[in-house]
Amino acid sequence: MGEEIPAGRLATLESNAREIRRDIIRMTYAAGSGHPGGSLSVTDLLTALIFHELNIDPAHPEAPERDRLVLSKGHAAPALYAALSLRGYFPREELVTLRQLGSRLQGHVDRHTLPCVEASTGCLGQGTGMAVGMALDARLAHRPSRVYAVLGDGECQAGATWEALMAGGHYHLSNLTVLLDRNGLETDGSTEALMGIEPIADKFRAFRYHTIEIDGHSFPEILNALDEARRTKDEPTAIVARTVKGKGVSFMEGKHAWHGKAPNRAEAEKALAELGGTLEASTP
Amino acid sequence: MTPAGKPESLRDAYGQTLVELGDRDPHLAVFDADLSGSTRTAMFGQKFPDRFYNVGVMEPTMMSMAAGMSLGGRTVFASTFAVFAAGQAYNFVRQSICYNRANVKIVATHGGLLVGGDGGTHQIVEDIGLMRGLPGMTVIVPADAPTTRSATRAVAEREGPAYVRLTRENLPTVTDGTFVIGKANELAAGTDLTIVAVGAMVARGLEVAEELRRVGVSVRVLDLASVKPFDEPALLRAARDTGAILVLEEHSVLTGVGALVASTTSENYPVPVRRIGMPDLFGESGEPWALLDRYGMSTERIREEAWELLRMRGKVQ
Repeated sequence: MGEEIPAGRLATLESNAREIRRDIIRMTYAAGSGHPGGSLSVTDLLTALIFHELNIDPAHPEAPERDRLVLSKGHAAPALYAALSLRGYFPREELVTLRQLGSRLQGHVDRHTLPCVEASTGCLGQGTGMAVGMALDARLAHRPSRVYAVLGDGECQAGATWEALMAGGHYHLSNLTVLLDRNGLETDGSTEALMGIEPIADKFRAFRYHTIEIDGHSFPEILNALDEARRTKDEPTAIVARTVKGKGVSFMEGKHAWHGKAPNRAEAEKALAELGGTLEASTP
Repeated sequence: MTPAGKPESLRDAYGQTLVELGDRDPHLAVFDADLSGSTRTAMFGQKFPDRFYNVGVMEPTMMSMAAGMSLGGRTVFASTFAVFAAGQAYNFVRQSICYNRANVKIVATHGGLLVGGDGGTHQIVEDIGLMRGLPGMTVIVPADAPTTRSATRAVAEREGPAYVRLTRENLPTVTDGTFVIGKANELAAGTDLTIVAVGAMVARGLEVAEELRRVGVSVRVLDLASVKPFDEPALLRAARDTGAILVLEEHSVLTGVGALVASTTSENYPVPVRRIGMPDLFGESGEPWALLDRYGMSTERIREEAWELLRMRGKVQ
């Protein structure tokens, strides 16, 4: 297993994740649309990547040696924006402009408008392919950059996801890590009721991935898995992170209806009370 | 007018030029999807195996991979048949390449009916329309091998996405290879009628123009190889100077170059326009050139439509 993670580091990650969750609620409430459920489920994974694992620096967002993060489930844009803003990539006041005309915060992530958004995504099944291309590029250029693709589980029904995963395994891309936000729910209901993707970990193994199954809301487990991925040679790593859709907001948890629906004012206030905040953005 | 030279392979010209570009740019990378012998990217693959990726039958993801690879600063080429590049992979070209403004050059071979024996499944007659509708996409349809060479170099030098449509059949050389993105090539001067053509239809247009010249009708022939951006001034000049335009393409008349010419002239300088191309139909198996005749792209049909336009403009009785 990985090294002991200092308690202070874990507490900081927990507190950042809470702030990001509060921002997701504020943003989707202000926008009146968006995807809170899958943003809340992926929050801990993104927090671990952006505040711990990735070799990135807001002062040098274009540094060629940086690690790349591709949010293949581009609808979880609110979570990525909140995390990047908290990390110092752009002003936090901008968060509430999500989905507004003229805003840099597009409904699905756009690499041209914000730093550290490495690929524009949104139509599912394409992010992993782009991540594979980036990993091939880094290897060909002998750059130490590592590439992280964050997938949704509904996206695992898309054939192109498996094309891309097949390529990652075929090319032995040890600089590629795929994280699956396995919250079990998509727009219309449970993945297993709609088009089952299980046994998903076995599928990753069959596609030649070093595969790790974790609780996607446990920072010790996430950090250890990322550490293991970094030390894995000759094959890419897949981290199957079991998560809860809507995590952190009791009335959203496990409800597919919150995939693509924004909270109204009362719901937002209730959610924020549970997350220890108010509609007004707090300062970190 | 340039006399038509011996038929030459556009695909060979592409493969050779790709090797030349690979020599010049050590970072240039190439993708193919299990058709490298047919598309001729194998020539690049043989010389530069470390930056050649033959990904098998996954055209959509090939486009995403090519995009991802280009975002680090490389020029990336991706080749397969046009039906897979523009058809199978459409939304991947749209989001991964165009929406990301990735520096990927799609060179698609086997465009149009001239695929021949493979039949209607493989004869894409919609690709020019699909590709020119994408914001930021450059679209080139070379008429011969020399233009294929210069167009391949030109898209490599121009930052951003490009789609180059090549024909499977060897085509007679009709240009001296002069090609500038955004410029039409005037292959014959004339004042009575303009023929605007792309790809394999350019040679047929020149043939009819030459026949008409012998009987005293002066026909301008524009090779519109650069479909997007296209040479609007040259097109409107032709409308003004000749008063009628006949468009020839081996592509659906619904969405292709004919549609482009008709809409542009009607908005800016309305003149009679006739579109010769594929009607709203799928193709079928057959000898490639016979297929063009069967679906209304014959030399006879071009001749008839040309006379019809000339009569309409009162230039002949």
